[in-house]
Amino acid sequence: MALKIVKGSIDRMFDKNLQDLVRGIRNHKEDEAKYISTCIDEIKQELKQDNIAVKANAVCKLTYLQMLGYDVSWAAFNIVEVMSSSKFTYKRIGYLAASQCFHEGTDVIMLTTNQIRKDLSSPNQYDTGVALTGLSCFVTPDLARDLANDIMTLMSHTKPYIRKKAVLIMYKVFLKYPESLRPAFPRLKEKLEDPDPGVQSAAVNVICELARRNPKNYLSLAPLFFKLMTSSTNNWVLIKIIKLFGALTPLEPRLGKKLIEPLTNLIHSTSAMSLLYECVNTVIAVLISLSSGMPNHSASIQLCVQKLRILIEDSDQNLKYLGLLAMSKILKTHPKSVQSHKDLILQCLDDKDESIRLRALDLLYGMVSKKNLMEIVKKLMLHVDKAEGTTYRDELLTKIIDICSQSNYQYITNFEWYISILVELTRLEGTRHGHLIASQMLDVAIRVKAIRGFAVAQMATLLDNAHLLTGNTQRNGICEVLYAAAWICGEFSEHLEDPMQTLEAMLRPKVATLPGHIQAVYVQNAAKLFATVLRKHEGETDSQAAQETSQLLIDRLPLFVQSANLEVQERASCILQLVKYIQKLQQKNVEVAEEVTALFAGELNPVAPKAQKKVPIPDGLDLDAWINEPPSESESEDEKPKVVFAKEEPKHSRSRHTEVDEKELARRREARKQEQANNPFYIKASPSSQKVYDAPGVEHIPVVQIDLSVPLKVPGMPMSDQYLKLEEERRQKEKAERKKKEKKKKREKRGKERKADSGPESEEDITPAHQVDIVTEEMPENALPSDDDDKDPNDPHKALDIDLDNLLSGSSSRPLADSEKLPVRTHRPEVLKSPVVDRDSESIPQETKKKGGKEKKEKKKDKEKDRKRSKEDKKKKKKHKEVEEELLESQPEEAVQSEETKEVAAPPTSTSAEASDLDFWLSSAPVPPAAQEVTAPSSAAAVDTSSAAAPESEPDDPKDTEPEDMKSSKHKKKKQKKEKEEKEKKKKKRHHHHHHHGDAGGEDSVQNGTVEEEEEEPLPPMSNYSLLAENSYIKMMKEDADQVYDIQGNHQDESKVVVSVIFENKSDSFLKSMEFNVLDSLNSKLQRPEGAGPHDGLTVPFQLPPGVSNEARFVFSVQSIVMPQKLKGTLTFIVKSDESSTHEKLDFKLHFTCTSYLITTPCYSDAYAKLLESGDLKGSSLRLEGINMPFHHLLARICFHHHFSVVERIDSCASMYSRSIQGHHVCLLVKTSDQTVSIDAKCDEPSLLGNVLDEIKQTFSKC
Amino acid sequence: MSVYSFQTEDTEQQIIRETFHLVSKRDENVFVETLDKCFENVCELDLIFHMDKVHNILAEMVMGGMVLETNMSEIITQVEAQGKMEKSEAGIAGAPARAVSAVKNMNLPEMPKNINIGDISIKVPNLPSFK
Repeated sequence: MALKIVKGSIDRMFDKNLQDLVRGIRNHKEDEAKYISTCIDEIKQELKQDNIAVKANAVCKLTYLQMLGYDVSWAAFNIVEVMSSSKFTYKRIGYLAASQCFHEGTDVIMLTTNQIRKDLSSPNQYDTGVALTGLSCFVTPDLARDLANDIMTLMSHTKPYIRKKAVLIMYKVFLKYPESLRPAFPRLKEKLEDPDPGVQSAAVNVICELARRNPKNYLSLAPLFFKLMTSSTNNWVLIKIIKLFGALTPLEPRLGKKLIEPLTNLIHSTSAMSLLYECVNTVIAVLISLSSGMPNHSASIQLCVQKLRILIEDSDQNLKYLGLLAMSKILKTHPKSVQSHKDLILQCLDDKDESIRLRALDLLYGMVSKKNLMEIVKKLMLHVDKAEGTTYRDELLTKIIDICSQSNYQYITNFEWYISILVELTRLEGTRHGHLIASQMLDVAIRVKAIRGFAVAQMATLLDNAHLLTGNTQRNGICEVLYAAAWICGEFSEHLEDPMQTLEAMLRPKVATLPGHIQAVYVQNAAKLFATVLRKHEGETDSQAAQETSQLLIDRLPLFVQSANLEVQERASCILQLVKYIQKLQQKNVEVAEEVTALFAGELNPVAPKAQKKVPIPDGLDLDAWINEPPSESESEDEKPKVVFAKEEPKHSRSRHTEVDEKELARRREARKQEQANNPFYIKASPSSQKVYDAPGVEHIPVVQIDLSVPLKVPGMPMSDQYLKLEEERRQKEKAERKKKEKKKKREKRGKERKADSGPESEEDITPAHQVDIVTEEMPENALPSDDDDKDPNDPHKALDIDLDNLLSGSSSRPLADSEKLPVRTHRPEVLKSPVVDRDSESIPQETKKKGGKEKKEKKKDKEKDRKRSKEDKKKKKKHKEVEEELLESQPEEAVQSEETKEVAAPPTSTSAEASDLDFWLSSAPVPPAAQEVTAPSSAAAVDTSSAAAPESEPDDPKDTEPEDMKSSKHKKKKQKKEKEEKEKKKKKRHHHHHHHGDAGGEDSVQNGTVEEEEEEPLPPMSNYSLLAENSYIKMMKEDADQVYDIQGNHQDESKVVVSVIFENKSDSFLKSMEFNVLDSLNSKLQRPEGAGPHDGLTVPFQLPPGVSNEARFVFSVQSIVMPQKLKGTLTFIVKSDESSTHEKLDFKLHFTCTSYLITTPCYSDAYAKLLESGDLKGSSLRLEGINMPFHHLLARICFHHHFSVVERIDSCASMYSRSIQGHHVCLLVKTSDQTVSIDAKCDEPSLLGNVLDEIKQTFSKC
Repeated sequence: MSVYSFQTEDTEQQIIRETFHLVSKRDENVFVETLDKCFENVCELDLIFHMDKVHNILAEMVMGGMVLETNMSEIITQVEAQGKMEKSEAGIAGAPARAVSAVKNMNLPEMPKNINIGDISIKVPNLPSFK
């Protein structure tokens, strides 16, 4: 037997193997294609044999050929055969080939499902590994759906090698089969804390990759990632996490504050450039997100800039590039810090790598200031001269123009200098950007009135030396500037010193070689010049000069009359006839100048580039409607304008949109264009001459002294440098003058020390050389703001925008509906709701039947089980908590404060309340909130969003307990309140998401449900803060206790409720030593720190400076939740003013409604139906009369105030669901007709239901 | 993976260079170092002639375009374990083929003396490698 195998392999060993193939190809360089085709023939023969080894060898060679670009898809089936081999060697070859060749369109992929499944469960870990690796390359939606469950099982495999691959491939599975994300997420999250670093890293990878696209869903994982960041040493993991934080900070500014310190530590300590870069990047993101609130992070910025400098100075091009890239981010918020590294950036312009030079250019764009513009542009001009390759030179040119013209020429102090720069740029050979220079010349000359005289002189010189520009046919691009020059000279000819000379220059025979549209401008402006000359000579006794001018035109114009260009011909012949007529009049000594000038009277106003588009469409005008009956198709064919002069095919340059309307519009536009193009009487707009002639009466031109001390030079000689010099001198002079003044002042105020001129000039010190009047571009009235925010509809990550927070295990989690479970191995897996699969299961929504959901909590009637599990959970949570404690302690600054907060508020770290956990985690940020708010009141909102969810009272609530004399101050307060309310309206949508997660979920479900369709009426603003009590010193606002936590303590039937109270200091004094105390009832008790007596108060962990508010949380334990509760309490505090301090107190009543024990819990309709069918629930109902609000408002109110979510809505009927913290289901069926709302309700606890219904009734009786 | 899609020998060196840069930017050239260890002094021709091996090594590092493992010793352990498995599978039947392959490899054409991949300069031994 063995001999036979050996013999077989000896036969084979002279077959070509991969190395032979490679060698052969290398030896047949001349006839490679031919050689390969014979090889492919051989391979085909080999594939026909039965021997799997031969087949595998053939497939291996095919893989190589595939890499060379040959199509090997014909061998797909053979690849599957080799994949199926039981030998690892061949299996690996097969999977490798598959990963290279298979794609979504490969139909044999269908055949692989079972093979892959078999390999995944192979006892050999490398079989599994190779299958996972291969699958990661060619997974299709079908494969993902069919194998998701198998892969999920592998995530808990005993071997870390398998676990890490299984975890990593889940990302691909999610992309192809988004439905798998929710069921798989808990386990994935678990893997973040896997003992094996490789698995951990894979989990970080996947979650970071997911989170990068939809960061908000992963905000609640921030504490966990923070822990990983501070503990991990794997740079790759660190980079990923830090990147993720970069994406999260814009959503949660408080996170940024926490991050700064560890990140700066990393920046200081790491030697890995990649990690350094990511840290810097995230610090930048943090600082940007905080930029409004944290003025003093200059140290961090300085550090970043310093480190970036090291990157940029590195010899590695990649690092250089990244350094510049990061610099440009800092530039946006902290331009000053970057500007100090101007030298370095300018150096990068010399880099041999073009992409680095371009980055540096981009940076320069943002770095210019009034002070350094001239200098930077001078450097750039030098580079223009040196630059090799027109592309880069053109890039430089556009950048120079961009830099100078940015924000409406903001940084230009001397327009003469700018015009000179433009003129110098015309010396560039072979640039494509002649039109750009031209349009700048036009723009400046038109909009900066004071510069016209100078511009005209320069342009006249240009025209005079036009041969320098046009001499070389290669320089065609640049002759566009002649267009501008001619127009400027003509339009503003009153500034010309010698119009006759310019006129002569414009009528030279050589002009006829210029492009038609330029000639046309020449001809037209020659006429303008003619008018000017006539006027100049009018009144002179000797009419010789004027007549000579006419003669000149009559002599030269015929050349243009013969032009092939219609426009030129048209204009020339027109003007020629005009001049001939004028000549006749001149010979009769008639004064004509006045009338000729009148031809060109009127001021030109610049029009904003998009003005036309922004004209609002008047009401009632339908642009798409036909004015007349649409002509039939054939008719329109016939009526197509006949092409007489030029043939121009309609160009379909516009991208084809799928929308019919777009197409139709484009077609019409094209047709119109064509018609215009063929219409010799249509005056075409050239790109730079979109001006509108309108005569508003000659505007007053500001009287400006222009310093024309710089002699005009022939183009070709740089003169902008002289401006630089002059400018410096001027600034020096100004400086000196200022100094004098300062000195005078100094003398006057001898007492006060002043640092005069010690620092560099600030921006404001530089006054422009001449006062310029930059005419703003005209826009139509009511111009519409542009709106072009488009997202890629094909982004696969859109489907992965799935809320994961309330999924994480915990009894109050939103259950996985049956339909969400991963398909288990069935012959033909069902994608959607599958009643067949679940028929045998108990019909309660929490249930998860699949083994994959083992660790997920199954809240069943079987309470025993539940308790056991909750204990397990507790353990886990404890661990989690400890971790957080460590975290907190690791930040000494905050330790004291956070400790206190913890005692007071320490919300149990139940995963079910991730959002509030996060709040808590974040609220212990190192910056003491009170002090912060004093220094930066405007930033308070950004800094502490929880207190920024501004207190807003219900209109009916305040029982006025204050004395009469305080009324006036209360008025004031009300005003502020109103403002706050308005602010909150804006903010609400954003903030709500993080802070009142439950509610947000409810709102979402309303919005995502059917309600969304009714967009006509926006939801009125709602607040769940209500006034608790107030006196002249302090106001307490209580948030509906919607942040509730489930069983945590030792008593198992006890629930915890967290109450957020906002304390607002209304007085002018400092409030301190606040103590919060309530009189416990049998049922509800305030949670006090260990060792405290049952009547001791709790210290509020902050002090309140005047006008400041802050939020504290108090935890209550509640036994029975079926009845509402009222607790009496007292707040004592010390009022400290300059003179005295007094002890004050404020009584209040805390009201726990039954609603406050409900948690918004989304529920799927099939789960809901089962719940109702189960018959465990008892019913009750409620009728509300005279409800005068839209149905969706009604639903939104119930959702918002009573923590329900909409399960389904059909017309004016909706089913809603909520759960109590102790797991009672509350179902509502809400119907409405004619101002009457009937609510049928079911709940497993009748008294709870009764109370909830009462509360709902109350809510609506208020409105 | 798709980095390798359309390579020809002429661009091979360049692609390796690019890959090197891409990988080194992130992984501190784990890839090149690992290749170096697995091939005992990697050279350009190794990569061309044993592209399957390169792929297998890469598969332990990157999976479906995502970084799988950055720990070099772990990668090498796994690669070697799989290599061993392959050898044991080939067993006696594989021996003659290996011998022939070794003989064939004796005269690799145009073995360059010195190859620069990125910043790492690899000295190529005068003797062809017997593997």
